[in-house]
Amino acid sequence: MRATRNGLLALACAMAAFALPAQTVAITGGTVYPVSGPMIKNGTVVIVNGKITAVGANVAVPAGAKKIDATGKWVTPGFVNSSTVLGLVDVGFGADANESSSRGQDDISASFQPWLAFNPLNPLIPAAREGGVTTVAIWPNGNLVGGQGAMLDLFPGSLPEVLLKAPIGMAAEFESLRSAGVGSRGELLGKIEELFAATKQYMANKEAYNAARMRTLPYRKADLDAMVPVVSGVLPMVVSVNSAADIQEALRLSKQLGFKMVLYGASEGWMVAKEIAAAKVPVLTGAMNNIPRDFVELNSRQDNASLLRKAGVTVVIVGNAGGGDEENFNVKNVRFEAGNAVGYGMTWDDALRAVTLAPAEVFGVAGKIGALKAGMEGNVVVWSGDPFEFATQAEHVFVRGVEYMQPSRKDLLTERYKSLPPSYYKP
Amino acid sequence: MRKSFVLALAFACAGTLAAQAGGGQKPAGDTAHKVPPGPGSLSVPNADPFTSTYKPFPSKTTVIKNATILTAAGPRIEGGSVLLKDGKIAAVGKDIAIPADAVVIDGTGKFVTPGLIDVHSHEGVYSAPGVEANSDGNEAVRPNTAYVWAEHSVWPQDPQFPRNLAGGVTTVQILPGSANLFGGRSVVLKVVPARSVQGMKFPGAKYGLKMACGENPKRVYGNRGGPQTRMGNLAGYRQAWIDAEAYRRAWDKYLADPSKENPPKRDLGLETLAEVLRGNILVHMHCYRADEMMQMLDVAREFGYHISAFHHSVEAYKIADILAKDSVGVVEWSDWGGFKMEALDGIEANLAMTDHAGARAIVHSDDPSVTQRLNQEISKAMAAGRRAGLDVTEEEAIRWATINPAWSLGLADRIGSIEQGKNADVVLWSGDPFSVYTHADKVWIDGAVLYDRMDPKQQWRTDFELGFVNLTAGGSN
Repeated sequence: MRATRNGLLALACAMAAFALPAQTVAITGGTVYPVSGPMIKNGTVVIVNGKITAVGANVAVPAGAKKIDATGKWVTPGFVNSSTVLGLVDVGFGADANESSSRGQDDISASFQPWLAFNPLNPLIPAAREGGVTTVAIWPNGNLVGGQGAMLDLFPGSLPEVLLKAPIGMAAEFESLRSAGVGSRGELLGKIEELFAATKQYMANKEAYNAARMRTLPYRKADLDAMVPVVSGVLPMVVSVNSAADIQEALRLSKQLGFKMVLYGASEGWMVAKEIAAAKVPVLTGAMNNIPRDFVELNSRQDNASLLRKAGVTVVIVGNAGGGDEENFNVKNVRFEAGNAVGYGMTWDDALRAVTLAPAEVFGVAGKIGALKAGMEGNVVVWSGDPFEFATQAEHVFVRGVEYMQPSRKDLLTERYKSLPPSYYKP
Repeated sequence: MRKSFVLALAFACAGTLAAQAGGGQKPAGDTAHKVPPGPGSLSVPNADPFTSTYKPFPSKTTVIKNATILTAAGPRIEGGSVLLKDGKIAAVGKDIAIPADAVVIDGTGKFVTPGLIDVHSHEGVYSAPGVEANSDGNEAVRPNTAYVWAEHSVWPQDPQFPRNLAGGVTTVQILPGSANLFGGRSVVLKVVPARSVQGMKFPGAKYGLKMACGENPKRVYGNRGGPQTRMGNLAGYRQAWIDAEAYRRAWDKYLADPSKENPPKRDLGLETLAEVLRGNILVHMHCYRADEMMQMLDVAREFGYHISAFHHSVEAYKIADILAKDSVGVVEWSDWGGFKMEALDGIEANLAMTDHAGARAIVHSDDPSVTQRLNQEISKAMAAGRRAGLDVTEEEAIRWATINPAWSLGLADRIGSIEQGKNADVVLWSGDPFSVYTHADKVWIDGAVLYDRMDPKQQWRTDFELGFVNLTAGGSN
């Protein structure tokens, strides 16, 4: 993977040719869904130097602006897929091309920052972008406390350029005993309490600890440092858990230990929706889960996301039904997950929010992305119709005001094999 | 003691069946009956030891009227009606006579399609909950386990079955997993509640043989005696066919005149392979890469068998012309790929491109979640085809989940389209099945309503769910 970095940089220069430079863009005549406000018929969105400068029905088109006629089209913020390993994994297995998990120590790897290995030139990124996804959160896999997540925009810039925010949360596994390296959930929660207690000790005696005047704690120092913002209630812990009882236990623990929490999965969340709403804990979940895949998610149901939302929970829609790989190869499919949520009772507006502004708010980037209003990054999509429908295409996708025309690898293969036998010399 | 008795009995029945085979039985309707053995089956000791006991559920004469009908056999019928009678489709068209005793269902604003067919399912063999005790899909003990039969792993109480039915799927092929070069026999099931797998078995459906190309056998056996390489895989297939051919000859020789000598010793694995060579069992082969499919076509030619379909064929679009010429089905996902090296070149236009090249394009799931939404899969694939510049219609795309899979199972004369005389396997959709917002409202199998989204009493609940799962397949409490 590392050895190929230089090659990829060369490719980046080649790919720059596919990007239209940031300029003044005016998208006119479309049905605009700003998310932060009501729908605007025949609206205009203006982007200048990568930022949205105006959104409305009576907005003047700046002189010299590149005009995009969106008559009959739908205009939304760029979509956010909040549960991916995009840019970390070239091939899932059998290829040693996966940067999403760490070894850690005793199932703790709080200091792991997977985005350090993020490859902005990963060839799956154009495929996500051409499906209307302009921003992703990336998360580590494995371990009890697996490491930190980050939010990034999908364009071929350097890591500091593409990062919107890092860290955005600490991934923790409250369910998979194997990942957490324990024999039961009781043991698992005990390990979390121990980690919190040790971090508090460390925080209270940092100088003594550093001067080796205090007994060594059974954690790596880097992990303790990484846990400080979690224990302080600043950085949310993103807790993977599904059963109603385990969700209640997580809610109790979060209150007891004073950490901010986001639930991930929460298949049986609908059974304790009021408690989740009362605790103001957001939930990341899918809309296609209805299989009792395990004894901890016997009551999975497809309208879970919708029922949670109706109970007042902030819902972020992600793809986690199992098959289909919405975390990497099919990051684009998050819009269909949202469509299915509508099919199972969520309002269309709520579903749109759940893949745009809701994740931006949950992860603290609502000042930058997730809505169409002045001052936001120019992440805008012009759709041929309802973005949740299969027949709809993302016709124009702007990331920070730039429309990247770079074809995905899938597009290149499709083109090559349109007539058989193919030519191996034409691109 | 008891064991040897059963064996002796099986052997005795063998003679009986073989004797019957010459009688030229005709396939009956979809009620239990012996599999009509093909001409080569004379040499099979027992072609059907686990006979289907399926009987259609009670049905009423039913007319769905004023719906948009995608028949999978021609242009759509707007404002059309379908008459379901005695388990069959008795009439379909714009103007059909409605019998006085018929239950009439208003299909205004709704769509009717044939029951969907998933030719790649592991339901029942990888049941939910997916715990170790329910892991019955891969006999990963040696690379050739042609001797196992998937039906012997199927748990009819798998709660994935009713969810599958709720997605409009009426027929499934349950396959063994893909760890092995030869995984074993598949079984074709109707998605219906039953006390035994025999009660779900599609009467008269041929068996399939699951084979697998590429990375999986290599990965599983690389450090366990091989195959460790793709060339090892190929050697494994060829040696097995050589053995199977010798076995077939020995049995055919014996059966030509059973009075002459003692019968050869039966071998379960070779029996299955010999039946492939005789054309009585259909080959369903997991194969991702185009170049590997081409090699397998040569292996098939070398030993004189036909490959019914390549499954997971993410690269089928690269050789669609050749697959079309060889009449090989291509069983594909709409958009999966990239999860391993051999899946790297998956493209979303695959179904549309293979279809337009004249190959039999078939959508499949290999997944208990995706199988509930095959309509969404073909919709995604249709959109991708159009994006690639192909003029794909809904009439064509519906075939990917209906008549084409039926063809690959050898059942195109009974299921897969809405035509007079076919089995009344029908889905009434709440709207256009190509929309993300649409659900299957009602599902009929052999004319009987087996699922009704609006009526929790018409939603099958497995034994497992009682007391454990407080929801029905339709999502009701």
